[in-house]
Amino acid sequence: MTVLEVRDLRVTYPRGVRAVRGVDLSVGRGEVLGIVGESGSGKSALALATLGLLPPGTRVEGSVRLRGRELLGRSDAELSRVRGKDLAMVFQDPLSALTPVHPVGDQIAETIRVHAGATRPAARARAVELLELVGIPDAARRARAYPHEFSGGMRQRVMIAMAIANDPVAIVCDEPTTALDVTIQAQVLEVLRTAKEATGAAIVLITHDLGVVAGFADRVMVMYAGRAVETGPVAEVYARPRMPYTIGLLQSLPRIEPDAPRPVPIDGAGGISTGGFPATGCPFAPRCPVAVSRCADTEPPPVPVGTPAHTAACVNLDATGDPARVFPAPAPPPAPPVVPRHERPAVLEVEGLVRHHPLYRGTVLRRRNGTVRAVDGVSFDVRAGETLGLVGESGCGKTTALMEILRLTRPQRGTVRLFGRDTAALTAAERKALRRDVQVVFQDPFASLDPRMRVAEILAEPLLVHGVPRARIDARVRELLALVGLDPAHAARHPHGLSGGQRQRVGIARALALEPRLLLLDEPVASLDVSVQAGIMALLEELRARLGLAYLFVAHDLAVVRLLADRVAVMYRGRIVEIGPVADVYGAPVHPYTRALLDAVPRPDPHRERRRRPAPLPGDPPDPSEQPRGCRFRARCPSYAASADAAWRTLCETDEPRPRPVPEGTGRLVACHHPEGGRP
Amino acid sequence: MNRPGRTLRGLAASRRVVIGASLLVLLFLLAFAGPYLAPWGWEDTDFTAFREPPSTRHWFGTTQSGRDVFALTLRGMQKSLVIGLLVAVLSTALAALVGMVAGYLGGWPDRLLMWGVDLLLVLPAFLVVAVLAPSLGGGWPLLVLLLAAFLWMITARVVRAMTISLREREYVLAARFGGASTPWIIRRHILPHLASLLIVDAGLNVSVAIMAESGLSYFGFGVQPPDISLGTLIADGHGTATAYPWLSGFAAGLLVLTVLAVNLLGDGLRDLLDPTLEKGTP
Repeated sequence: MTVLEVRDLRVTYPRGVRAVRGVDLSVGRGEVLGIVGESGSGKSALALATLGLLPPGTRVEGSVRLRGRELLGRSDAELSRVRGKDLAMVFQDPLSALTPVHPVGDQIAETIRVHAGATRPAARARAVELLELVGIPDAARRARAYPHEFSGGMRQRVMIAMAIANDPVAIVCDEPTTALDVTIQAQVLEVLRTAKEATGAAIVLITHDLGVVAGFADRVMVMYAGRAVETGPVAEVYARPRMPYTIGLLQSLPRIEPDAPRPVPIDGAGGISTGGFPATGCPFAPRCPVAVSRCADTEPPPVPVGTPAHTAACVNLDATGDPARVFPAPAPPPAPPVVPRHERPAVLEVEGLVRHHPLYRGTVLRRRNGTVRAVDGVSFDVRAGETLGLVGESGCGKTTALMEILRLTRPQRGTVRLFGRDTAALTAAERKALRRDVQVVFQDPFASLDPRMRVAEILAEPLLVHGVPRARIDARVRELLALVGLDPAHAARHPHGLSGGQRQRVGIARALALEPRLLLLDEPVASLDVSVQAGIMALLEELRARLGLAYLFVAHDLAVVRLLADRVAVMYRGRIVEIGPVADVYGAPVHPYTRALLDAVPRPDPHRERRRRPAPLPGDPPDPSEQPRGCRFRARCPSYAASADAAWRTLCETDEPRPRPVPEGTGRLVACHHPEGGRP
Repeated sequence: MNRPGRTLRGLAASRRVVIGASLLVLLFLLAFAGPYLAPWGWEDTDFTAFREPPSTRHWFGTTQSGRDVFALTLRGMQKSLVIGLLVAVLSTALAALVGMVAGYLGGWPDRLLMWGVDLLLVLPAFLVVAVLAPSLGGGWPLLVLLLAAFLWMITARVVRAMTISLREREYVLAARFGGASTPWIIRRHILPHLASLLIVDAGLNVSVAIMAESGLSYFGFGVQPPDISLGTLIADGHGTATAYPWLSGFAAGLLVLTVLAVNLLGDGLRDLLDPTLEKGTP
């Protein structure tokens, strides 16, 4: 039974930006529809239009029916009676979606009282029940807590509790897990599944993560340029995609399986920053490898392909019969260096690095109140020509470790040695000279490029700082642009005139300007769309092979690390819990945290994802200001929780495990008392 | 933002700059070239015309003692314009310097400088200037310094707050990790982002300084006789403004025009310096 039906929905923002251009969708009871697309594809505008939450001045045409009743054109007051009752929503950022000045229990109770007319005590009791349902421990007490007292994952649980408070018939979730770590994402998806089973509501899940859709949705709709370009059952679309954009999206995904094919970049970028879409014809045609002259004539309507429920909007369906042949196969990765690792010199050696932040309390008399142990004794080395990936949940200290290395000064404790030189012993002039060899690429290319400078000025800056003669600079800027695959004409642009991928290329070019030997990369692809990610990753691999660079690579995306890194270090609460060659660690993770982290990554493969339902790692990312005693991971450790042996557990409670080689002689270190993970 | 909107805003901004700048140039021309055209000098006295309304002989009329109001007003405007601009430039520059250094360096330089700012903020500026200006007897250059010394503190605090947020931006970090020195980063990455704030602030300070000088002069603490400024003129004429409006009316009108011109110029420049308004980049 269809409960939510959208017909020919069009959303036009003021200034004539057409965000949604005729989208049809229908979701049945208990069904999950996943909507995927890149940023700017109109998926959020679609959600907001469905909920009637678009800003005034936006034109919405078409029809949105909830159980047959038209929602478009109703006044805000009328819609308010539907929203929160029959039609619920879960947003990306629960901190801004919850009122900060009321306890969460009261906020849930309020929606129940408003819509169901329940008495205050009854609503309170129901709120506690709902919080229990979404897995908030000690719900009766936590109901009196304020939103800021919850972690991100717990807040999202509260949002879900509020969404299901009035037994809605449909829930619209807009990127509900995007801001969360993988382990927490797995927990929240599990809660969403419980919520769906408890209420039988239809769910519209908007996300950019094809892995989440594969595991959670029944049907999927792919959006591009404000249109649904392919719709169908998840298994069908993932196995036999027919629209070239869907094919590209699926092939551009970095995958975590060892035998997975290399991601294929989709050239170009859609969206306003690159001059918008063509006025007539298929909007994807400029980026499409199988575009023919007919593509420019009219915008193709969705036509059934294969099964009746599967539609794709493409005129050249003959060419997309075999998805593997649509996009040219990427060039094979550059050959790995032949010199064995132990014979190559170390470019970066970090030993026992510590960075603690003091916490103060009070405004007049500041008293030291505790310590945030951001980095708490980290040791690793990076050898010439290799890539070390540093992974972990947010707040585990991976970025702090990177910044500590970049400061090139004496760390609070421990040593940092670059190219064999201890940073604690550097003079100011030596430090500046050393900076030529160590450069950094940041996560967000919007923030890391000065918006007031042109690309040429941005690239010239490090050269000027290090006294390169002006006559050489112009030529070097052109060289750099060519090196990262940008056009010489881009030199005259400001960063806001470039797309996200182009900006990140400028960021990489700036880091390469002084011909460094070691590049520190802080989540270099995390803020980019998947179709662009693949291109940047290929560029990084190519540069490493051509210029003989070494990378220290911080990321939370384990699939990206598998592709780029030779070795991987897993961090937890300021310590490295497991380090070793990527193939070994991913193939046979030893530390229980590594195992849980790898298990939590959603795979973009519906068959595998449905059979594989790992128990998500319990608990939140830890509070780094707590004084650890014993193993830091103990509170969340599945092996510790499952063990009944008292001696086995006591060791975890009293002794902090030291990294030790497991198994001997493979260059692999694991910090766990019971690496075999076996039950006693 | 789409392109038509961008160019429209850009056009409007450049029109404001042109109007403001030409008005300011005209006012300067009037103040400094006007006296050569005027038939009367500012110290001359016409014993045949006491408190005459504007006429072809005396364009702005005459005072009670027979002095030409046109010549007096221009003379006063020269003082006011010079004082206003100098004070604005000096105080804004000081604010930028102190604010950026305190904000970027942090730590004890920050605490020391902000302590100084707070100290100056709690002093009653008007009273201090009123007491110091006549007793030091240094004439108007001293007045400029005194006015500038009491105008910069709030801006310095704003500049410091903005610098602190800019300091943590990734492009500043990138420059720092690239080996750029503190002066380099302040000049290349911090100052340009404060430019719009500083320009608007300087524009406002011109008006504030002219007003403050006029106010001080009105009470007799600013520009000392025999020198005159717009403030002393308005003060002299205010008692009889309804009966003999020309005595202070022209001075007041020119004061308003000057403030308007400076504000138009500042506003327009701020919008033009915003790179997101630039034409031609898609």
